[in-house]
Amino acid sequence: MADHAKTPLLTVEHLSMRFGGLLAVNDLSMTAYRGDITALIGPNGAGKTTVFNCLTGFYKPTEGRITMHRNDGQEFLLERMDDFRITRNARVARTFQNIRLFGGMTVLENLMIAQHNPLMRASKQTIGGIFGIASFKRAEKEAVEKAEYWLEHINLTQRADDAAADLPYGDQRKLEIARAMCTGPELLCLDEPAAGLNPAESDELNKLLLFVRKECDTGILLIEHDMNVVMEISDHIVVLDYGVKIADGTADEVRSDPKVIAAYLGVEDEEVDAVEHEIEETAAEARP
Amino acid sequence: MEYFVQQLINGVTLGSIYGLIAIGYTMVYGIIGMINFAHGDIFMVGAFISLIVITALGLAASSSIFIIILALILVLVCAMIISSVFGWTLERLAYRPLRGSFRLAPLITAIGVSIVLQNYIQISQGARVKPLQPIISGGHTIMRRVDENGEFVVQISNMQILIITVTIVLMTVFSLIIARTSLGRAQRACEQDRKMASLLGINVDRTISTTFVMGAALAAVAGLMYLLYYGVIDFYIGFVAGVKAFTAAVLGGIGSLPGAMLGGLVIGLIETLWSAYFSVEYKDVAAFSMLAIVLIFLPQGLLGKPEVEKV
Amino acid sequence: MAEATQTGTGAGGGLELAEIGKDLAITALLGAAIFGSTIAFKTETATGGLSLVLRFEEAFFVIAAVVIGRLILLLTVWRRPGGTDRTFVPQALQTRYTEFLAKTGKAFVPIVLLFAVVFPFLPFTDRYLLDLGILILTYVMLGWGLNIVVGLAGLLDLGYVAFYAVGAYSYALLAQYFGLSFWICLPLAGILAAFWGIILGFPVLRLRGDYLAIVTLAFGEIIRIVLLNWYEFTGGPDGLSGIPRPSFFGIPFKRGEGGFADFFGLDYSSIHRIIFLYFLILVLALITNFVTIRLRRLPIGRAWEALREDEIACRSLGLNTVSIKLTAFATGAMFAGFAGSFFATRQGFISPESFTFIESALILAIVVLGGMGSQIGVVIASVAMIGGFEIFREAEQYRMLIFGLAMVMIMIWRPRGLISTREPSIFLKEKKSVSADMVAQGEGH
Repeated sequence: MADHAKTPLLTVEHLSMRFGGLLAVNDLSMTAYRGDITALIGPNGAGKTTVFNCLTGFYKPTEGRITMHRNDGQEFLLERMDDFRITRNARVARTFQNIRLFGGMTVLENLMIAQHNPLMRASKQTIGGIFGIASFKRAEKEAVEKAEYWLEHINLTQRADDAAADLPYGDQRKLEIARAMCTGPELLCLDEPAAGLNPAESDELNKLLLFVRKECDTGILLIEHDMNVVMEISDHIVVLDYGVKIADGTADEVRSDPKVIAAYLGVEDEEVDAVEHEIEETAAEARP
Repeated sequence: MEYFVQQLINGVTLGSIYGLIAIGYTMVYGIIGMINFAHGDIFMVGAFISLIVITALGLAASSSIFIIILALILVLVCAMIISSVFGWTLERLAYRPLRGSFRLAPLITAIGVSIVLQNYIQISQGARVKPLQPIISGGHTIMRRVDENGEFVVQISNMQILIITVTIVLMTVFSLIIARTSLGRAQRACEQDRKMASLLGINVDRTISTTFVMGAALAAVAGLMYLLYYGVIDFYIGFVAGVKAFTAAVLGGIGSLPGAMLGGLVIGLIETLWSAYFSVEYKDVAAFSMLAIVLIFLPQGLLGKPEVEKV
Repeated sequence: MAEATQTGTGAGGGLELAEIGKDLAITALLGAAIFGSTIAFKTETATGGLSLVLRFEEAFFVIAAVVIGRLILLLTVWRRPGGTDRTFVPQALQTRYTEFLAKTGKAFVPIVLLFAVVFPFLPFTDRYLLDLGILILTYVMLGWGLNIVVGLAGLLDLGYVAFYAVGAYSYALLAQYFGLSFWICLPLAGILAAFWGIILGFPVLRLRGDYLAIVTLAFGEIIRIVLLNWYEFTGGPDGLSGIPRPSFFGIPFKRGEGGFADFFGLDYSSIHRIIFLYFLILVLALITNFVTIRLRRLPIGRAWEALREDEIACRSLGLNTVSIKLTAFATGAMFAGFAGSFFATRQGFISPESFTFIESALILAIVVLGGMGSQIGVVIASVAMIGGFEIFREAEQYRMLIFGLAMVMIMIWRPRGLISTREPSIFLKEKKSVSADMVAQGEGH
């Protein structure tokens, strides 16, 4: 996978984020390539979610440049953009560590809201919608079809009309991914999508992510503690510790990197298997 | 110049009263994240209780200074105790059942409570403005200048001295309570994380009740000061004073005691100076606009901690 | 006072005598402090200062009533087997009630509508009832308008009455200075109110829920104070009078030739105009309702509700939350503006006194009591509140006290209002109501 001609999708250059006296991210440079699943890993508190929040505009980075290279050749400097414009124009979508669905709205409504911007345009900023113009009706029908398409892929068609808060935890995670996909992203940022999932669900998640990469022309950037997911599906792994990048490479390269082992265990000469085992255990503990 | 200094003194006096009320807002907001909309009306109740006790005692300016001081202490204690009972009861009946409900529910209840208190006092004490003869008179001239335009005098009245002194003393006492006692520690713990505090054996309900009681007691002090300073009260004074005191709490940084005091002073000064140099009619507009401006440009207030949005 | 949900139930359903005694003693003590101070001693202005009127008897009766009331509650409502459920109304009853409302709510709508249409022609309808109907419909319209802001978008607006005032003064001033007719002023008043909504909303809409509430309250007061003091323009506390009455699309309601009665060959009666006003506000309210229902099914309405559920998630999905909040604010303000100009033409006289904070609180209470976001809930709540107000008309001075008490008790009893289930705006196969405890009600839930 990792050897085809890669073009960068997202480049992060010298990104730093400071909260008062705490330097949460320190001079991070990394690249996510088009068509890749890039994993961002690191121990708790390494600054992974902060990086995500900088990418998606929820924090304004103290320093650094984040460039999104869209498939059509347009480039966006994300650090200068409002959060909603990052999703709308630069096509970067995200999910959250603690799921943020619209709990009181139905599954279908959740997916429709993700298509707000095209629908708003079709409704002529609401004016046309009030009078029920035909082009809006068509657009709405298409939006429902798109939602149905994703519902099928996450096996939730049967529950389309139930409140999102009613779904079991694993389904909520999947729905959040489907909702992010409905915004039509070219880069999908997932914050611990496998947290709290059982092994069967986490397998399903892997399949869903591989499907997204293959079918949708969407690169994935993922924060994950579950090493099963990380090692199985990522093409490229970036390891953070205390806000600093300590390793960058394929799964195999990272796995045997002594710095990574040290970061996770605090000891240097341990067997790789033991490291992995340990990591899995910590990840399991970290689940809610 | 003299005029300005005089306004400064008046402003600080008014600000002290606002600051005392603001402390109640800030403490309650800090601990349960709720705007106790009825707090201004507790202040009004405090003023009325003071009025009743003063009238009952037959206190007048002609009494000897010793008696006046003794009587005022008695008035203060009565007002504080009874207002505290009001505060405690309201928390118990109107706010506690809604704890854990959605966030705006207690705010709406508080509006209801505010309406109840206003109308209760209106019915039980009458709707007309209550005047009180000045009890503490006299003052000191601290600046004087005579030129061709006439004589300019800057005065600080005994009443102003009393208000400022009482405020400073109470501020110190309450800051010490929050900083040093186990009650203060419990309050700060509840402010951080109520669930965790209760797991660690803190009686959260009681701590919250105590917070309401403390806030109400300080509001009662402010009520007495207001009564003595202005000499007229009615059942409606709580609303405007309450909004201004809340502004003060926000301006100072909600949750911060010194902030509330500082905010009170700033609001008092703005109001006084605005009335002195621009127009009396629009002094409330100035204070309310200040609230909007502060919230827009400095939502964490002067002494508050900035909030990092949790994503 | 609202003696709801205080502790005092013993486990297992029975109440210990000692416990009851203690509880009542505390109640009596608190009552003595609260009522003993303020009722027993009344300050009266007398010559040469204040004097006290002693009213120990009254105070005693009030305290006794509170103690007895509490005793009754202790022995009845709070004395339930199980003992854990200390809510004012048993949980099971509430569930049953919710189900009942959900079932009958739908069938209810056409009946209410039909009644509203034939109401002016019913035999028992007199001038008084018609005026009351107009008043209720005005509040229904205001409630529906505010429902967009509070119920759908989850923005707590405590200064809604300001836009009502803007609408009323817009019509009055436009009619006074430019001689414009009601039918031209009506849309202008709405537009002006919406415009003010945007101007006031823009800087403050990024604030947290309860801060927003206080700032909107401050804005409401600012507008009122300006109306009160800008004497040359608004007439200050005297208000504006002689506001033109509406015509029947150009035909005035007057006696004699060219009037409404003459034109339609009827005998002149002053009630014609009242009936016309009734239908005018009915149509305005229904337009508000129709537009709201329509908007809810459009992307903008769905975005409002999403905003109420989770603002951060909205931003992550590319929704411009500021403009979405502004549209909610402006739409709500616009309807208040319409209602305001109706109010002005109906009264013929307006003054700042009609636009106090209490009005905002009343409209908010209607929305909250009805169930945030529920259209029919607003109707029920308006009838209950305004009708209730009328019932207590005799007890003039106790009216507001009872209103405040009701507000508190209702919030404690049903914090989510009478009709709290949510209807989805779109469905694939089957429309299922979303139960209240899943629906978020604004920021910070």
